[in-house]
Amino acid sequence: MTEALNVGLALVILALALWTVVARDTFAAVVGFVAYGLLLTLVWVQLRGIDVALTEAALGSGLTGALLIRAAARLRKTESAARAERPGVLTRIVALLAAGCVTAALAVAVLALPDPAPTLAPETADNLAATGVGNPITAVLLAFRAMDTMLEAIVVLFALVGVWSLAPDRAWGGRPGPLQRADPDGILAYLARALPPVGLVVGVYIFWIGADLPGGKFQGATILAAMWLLAVMAGLADAPPVSRTWLRLALVGGPVVFIAVGVAGAAYAGAFLAYPDGLAKPLIKVIEWALLPSLAVTLALILAGVPERTST
Amino acid sequence: MSLADLFTVVAVSAGAVFFLAGTVGLLRFPDALTRLHALTKADNLGLGLVVLGLLPRVDGVLGGLKLVAIWLLALLAGAAVSQLIARAARSPGPRG
Repeated sequence: MTEALNVGLALVILALALWTVVARDTFAAVVGFVAYGLLLTLVWVQLRGIDVALTEAALGSGLTGALLIRAAARLRKTESAARAERPGVLTRIVALLAAGCVTAALAVAVLALPDPAPTLAPETADNLAATGVGNPITAVLLAFRAMDTMLEAIVVLFALVGVWSLAPDRAWGGRPGPLQRADPDGILAYLARALPPVGLVVGVYIFWIGADLPGGKFQGATILAAMWLLAVMAGLADAPPVSRTWLRLALVGGPVVFIAVGVAGAAYAGAFLAYPDGLAKPLIKVIEWALLPSLAVTLALILAGVPERTST
Repeated sequence: MSLADLFTVVAVSAGAVFFLAGTVGLLRFPDALTRLHALTKADNLGLGLVVLGLLPRVDGVLGGLKLVAIWLLALLAGAAVSQLIARAARSPGPRG
């Protein structure tokens, strides 16, 4: 029974992926992508990868989906013109060959994997006690492969810089996104008042539980960012001008703490991002607590968009 | 099969029927408002019956409360989003 369910799930995902690629309408393709992400979440749940499932639902499908919907709305004006342009035969043949080569290379790589596949899971399980955390995913993300996580936190900051760099000169440093004019007694304002108390508790809970059970700062931060954006969309709050000093400090605070802990590790424990004996768990907590607000603000501002209004 | 198992099978099956009917309505109904009407049946009643059917199977009171909370949140979000979509469908203004 479960087998049939899994096969059905895989077929639906493949069909949805194909449809997302061939859909001519940008908005339809985005909707397909979001549904694809939600089904992928179910696959991760089936594979017992609850941490990945949470991340896929919050970031891969939710946050990315919202970004793509906004991009599709921006492209709507130029879309019919872009669709009228058909690439030449040569371009299409080259594109077909390039895509075919990538697919073939991926297939070869997957088929050439040794059986059983190489795994570091036993080593992780053996050394889990040294980190003091109970969730092996958190141990990998913040102890064994802390460098990757640090770079991820910095990459989202770069993504925000990329979004801001699209701002016109007159709005530089101003408030992101258009001014929202929603009915103050409407349903959106009601939802923006009713949901954030629940969302804040869930977001902080998912962050808090991350040390020992599935969860973590990225997923928690996404939920917190979504709650803030809901209030902004309902017109109950306004996005701050991006030139505010406190805002800039909040953005860089988490990565700075992460790098500082790393440098301290080089001085006291012999390697960059190494933790001294017995201090692993407290230092991991410090990094997580510093990253949560930074990530929440960064993700919220990426979604809030390009600065469009002058700061007055 | 115990009484609790029977209850689960009946309630979850009834929920699945509402999801199926809601999906058929979503695909077959002629305009946005009637399609929303079909969708709310799947969201509210279908999910509600599935949650009701799963309640006898949870470990403790906390697990049951979490299930009910999921249903209530889906109700809240579904009702709010339906209103927003309906308003957008009725207003003649520019889209996008």
